Parts: sequence; structure tokens; C-alpha cells
Amino acid sequence: MADGTSVVRLRDATLDFRGHRVWSDLSLDFGAPSFVAILGPNGSGKTSLLRVILGLAPLSAGTIEVLGEPPRRGNPAIGYVPQHQSFDPDLPLRGRDLVQFGVDGYRWGFGRSDAATRKRVAEAIESVEASAYADAPIGRLSGGEQQRLRIAQALVGDPQLLLCDEPLASLDLRHQQEITELIGRWQRQTGRTVLFVTHDVNPVLNLVDRVLFVVNGRWAAGTPDEVLTSERMTDLYGSHVDVLRVHGRVLVVSESTGSGFEIGEPHHIPSVDHDPGRPPASVS
Amino acid sequence: MFDQLTHLLGYEFVQNAIAAGVVIAVVSGIVSRFVVARNMSFAVHALAELGFTGSAGAILVGVSPVIGLLAGTTITALFIGALGVRVRERDAVVGVVMAFGLGLGVLFLTLYPRYATEAFAILFGTITGVSHDDVLLLVVIGVITLVALGIVYRPLMFATVDPDVAEARGVPVGALAIVFLLIMAAAVAEAVQVVGVLLILTLLITPGATAERLTARPGRATVYSVAIALFCTVGGILAALVTNAPVSFYVTSLSFAAYLIARFVVGPLTLGAEGRRIAAEMPSP
Repeated sequence: MADGTSVVRLRDATLDFRGHRVWSDLSLDFGAPSFVAILGPNGSGKTSLLRVILGLAPLSAGTIEVLGEPPRRGNPAIGYVPQHQSFDPDLPLRGRDLVQFGVDGYRWGFGRSDAATRKRVAEAIESVEASAYADAPIGRLSGGEQQRLRIAQALVGDPQLLLCDEPLASLDLRHQQEITELIGRWQRQTGRTVLFVTHDVNPVLNLVDRVLFVVNGRWAAGTPDEVLTSERMTDLYGSHVDVLRVHGRVLVVSESTGSGFEIGEPHHIPSVDHDPGRPPASVS
Repeated sequence: MFDQLTHLLGYEFVQNAIAAGVVIAVVSGIVSRFVVARNMSFAVHALAELGFTGSAGAILVGVSPVIGLLAGTTITALFIGALGVRVRERDAVVGVVMAFGLGLGVLFLTLYPRYATEAFAILFGTITGVSHDDVLLLVVIGVITLVALGIVYRPLMFATVDPDVAEARGVPVGALAIVFLLIMAAAVAEAVQVVGVLLILTLLITPGATAERLTARPGRATVYSVAIALFCTVGGILAALVTNAPVSFYVTSLSFAAYLIARFVVGPLTLGAEGRRIAAEMPSP
């Protein structure tokens, strides 16, 4: 992708889920290279946006293009890293096998066992420095080790676009750092696009060049400095909110409760009644 | 005993039984890997019991019990697939469908006066009594099932162990769940011939569960599972011929022994050799 080309292009995109408007009139371009943090409280439709991009859910209105075409299931140009989920410790599956699913997991038949595939898998494992434990049962690895292998699984197909859905959840701080460094390094080296859904922007704040913040069907987009301000957050939430920067971390403080919290815990913010008639509080 | 065995192997009914047994064992070995990984033991049990209802109905109207069995398991599989989409509701749906289906089976039993022998055969296995036509039918069903398994094997494994990423990568996870239910329906109809409805788990759970204890490699686990199913099935048929005790007794005993040996003797050695850090750093299972 050359600079300036749109990797994900949304125009007046609206998503309804079970009769409930998730977000509306989303008009955005994510280019390359770019590292985008998608932020917002639980249930604000962050994961739904990834599902739309993956071709797993249709928009209710508006249009979306992914890498210049409508979204389609199984697009090999998209990599996907999910939230950490534990595996059964007795499951006969090694990290190496998990990574190989990224090469041939969606192909009919028995899968590939040729030397070229094995080499590709081994290189992907090496690139996330997971070779030491790639042959142990996946269910017996730590959360951080499993997430490294997840990243290898997503990157082994050499994607143009990497979608990460809360990949840091339930990891300790050290592992959060390692995982964000891996993803950030890949993004810088390849100059590609990462969409990173997270409830806490701080672990990725130094990597992020754009932020999409979704709250109660409204959204704001721009650079972190543009979006993560008291004015924009107050506008977005519909109640007074202060955004503080302390020791390089972003804290969002709500006036009514007086409680300070990171973006990770926006549910402390008094909820705002949804008003679909209100224009989105943002620039595109 | 060896002479006796070679003598018995000359009989057509013995050859039939072994031919059917080999196909059934290969199907069971592969399917049991997925049954264990997908936590579908209860569904297997329900398919088998409603297979009993199907074959009871078939005998009542004078159709081959193998066809009735397959019809029973297939209809049940479709019911479970249609009603129990989410994992959470699957067990409840299986129980609801199974209870009703078994009720029908009881009705068929009472309607057919000379039922005792057939019912016993379906409940505990009949492989040495299967007719030549039914052996052919079993082989055909088995081969079709194997072809289907060969086509879906890789994406089904992906969808089984890693469903979220599989869906994101375009694997039709929901459709594969239905396809696997149908494959299970055929496998159950096959395995019932050897061990019967009540002992079905010995072929559709034990080989896969045993293989998991021997290796962390998924491909190897499937090969081991097939080998264990073959050993138990063919070994059970031969042992039964020589001693006159029922086939199902030997199959269940052999598979139980295989599980115990894998879990407590061989498994700790092979798993330890494969995954160096497991033994050293992790508590034993």
C-alpha cells in the first residue's frame, strides 16, 4: 500500500445489532502505514467494527472498502489476533501447529506438510522469538507465550492489515509490553496498518498515530493529541470529562464522580442517552 | 489357539466381520479425536440411543436395521444441529431430543413381539452376525464418511481448537458444526454394529482420549487414535471368535486397558520426550 491509499475506507457506515444502533455515520479512512487504537467502553461496537472489516457482519447502512474492495470472508490479506483464551492443557496441539493454521487452516483437505510450509512456520515463530517453546503443548504455555504464537499465526500469512482484538487482556504488564513491542516493530518494519482494539490506550500510546473513540453510538477520530482532550471527550460523552496526562499516561477523569481512571474504565462515566439525530462529534 | 484362529478366518462371516470392523475402526478413530476435542460425548450417546429407536422402527416395518440406525442417527443429528446452535444450549437440546426419541424406541419394542434378540443385538453389538449385504452397506457408508472427513479435516480441526480465529480467517465454523454432526451420525451407525448402542463410547471416545495422552502433535494423535481403534476392534473380534465371550466385552476391555497404559505408563514417557519443558516446569496432568 502506497502512502495516502486507503486500507479501510468507511462512508456513512451504520451498524445496528438486534434493533439497537451500535454506531452511525462513520466516515473514516485508515491508511498505511498507520497504527490505529480503537477505544471506547464495553459494548460500544469496537469488536463489531472488526467483524465488519472481516466480512463476518454486514453494515446496516453506508459503505466499507477493505484494501480497495468490499469486505469478504477469509481475505488472506488480513491477519487477526484475538483476546487471550486458555487452551486445555491436554489438547494435542503445539504452538507450531497453531501457527500453521495461519497458513493452511482454512484449506480443505489434510493440510500441508511440505518443507516450504514448515520453513515459513518456523520463520514466523522465530520472528516473535517463540522458538524455545513452540513444540510444547499450547495449553501449558503462559498467556504471554500463547499471545506471541498468536501473533506469529497472524503474521505468517504476511497480511496487509492486522486486526487485534484486545490482545493484551488478562496479560501482566511485562507481557503487555512485550506483545505491543512485537506488533509495533512489525508495523514499523513493514509500513502496514494495525487496527488495535483496546480498553486501555496507555500500553500502546507511544505506537499509536491515530485514535478512533466510540461512545454510545458517537465517535471521534484523529491523532491522540486531537482526540484525547477534555473538550472532545466531554463532547463525546455528553458530560464533563477531564483528560489528564500524568507521567506519559492518559487519564480520563469524570467530574460527577470525581474518580480518576484510565480509558480502560470508562464505565464509571455516567451513561448518556443515545441521540442518533446528533451529528457525530468529530472530524473524519 | 493359533490353528483355531486360522481355521476361523476361512469362514466368510469372519472375513465379513473383520472387513467391516477395519472400516468402522478407521472412521471411529478419526471421529473420536474430534468428539473429544469438541466435548461432544453426550451428543454421541444421544445419537446412539436414537439410532436404537431408528433400527427398532426399521425392524418393525421390515427394513434393514442398519438403514434404520443410520436414519435414526441422521435425523437426531439434524435436530441437534437445528436447535442447539450455541454451545450453552447444546447439551440441553441433546437431552430433550434424546428423551423423546427413546420414548419412541420403547413403543416400537412393545409393538414387535419377537424383539428380544434383535434388541439385545442392537444394544450390545452384532458384528459377527451381520449379513453380507449389511457388511457391504457398512463399508460403503464408511468410505463415504472417510471421504467427507478427508475434505473437511483441516478446517474442522482449526474450527475445533481455535474457533474465533478460524471464523476470522473465513472458515465456515457454523456449517462445519452441522457437517460434523452428520459425520458423527454415520460413525455412530457404524460403531454400533461392533459394540452396540450402550457401549458406543468405547469406540467414539476412548481412542481419541487415549491418543491425547500419548502425544502433543495433532497429526500423530489422529494416527494413534486410528491405530488404537483398529487394535481394539480387530483384536476384540478375533478374541471373541476364539473364546465365545461377546465382541463388545473384548473391545471395551482392550480400549480401557489401552487408556490406562497410555495415561499411566507410556504417556508420561512419550509426552516427556516430546515437550522437554513440560515435565520439568509443569505439574503433571
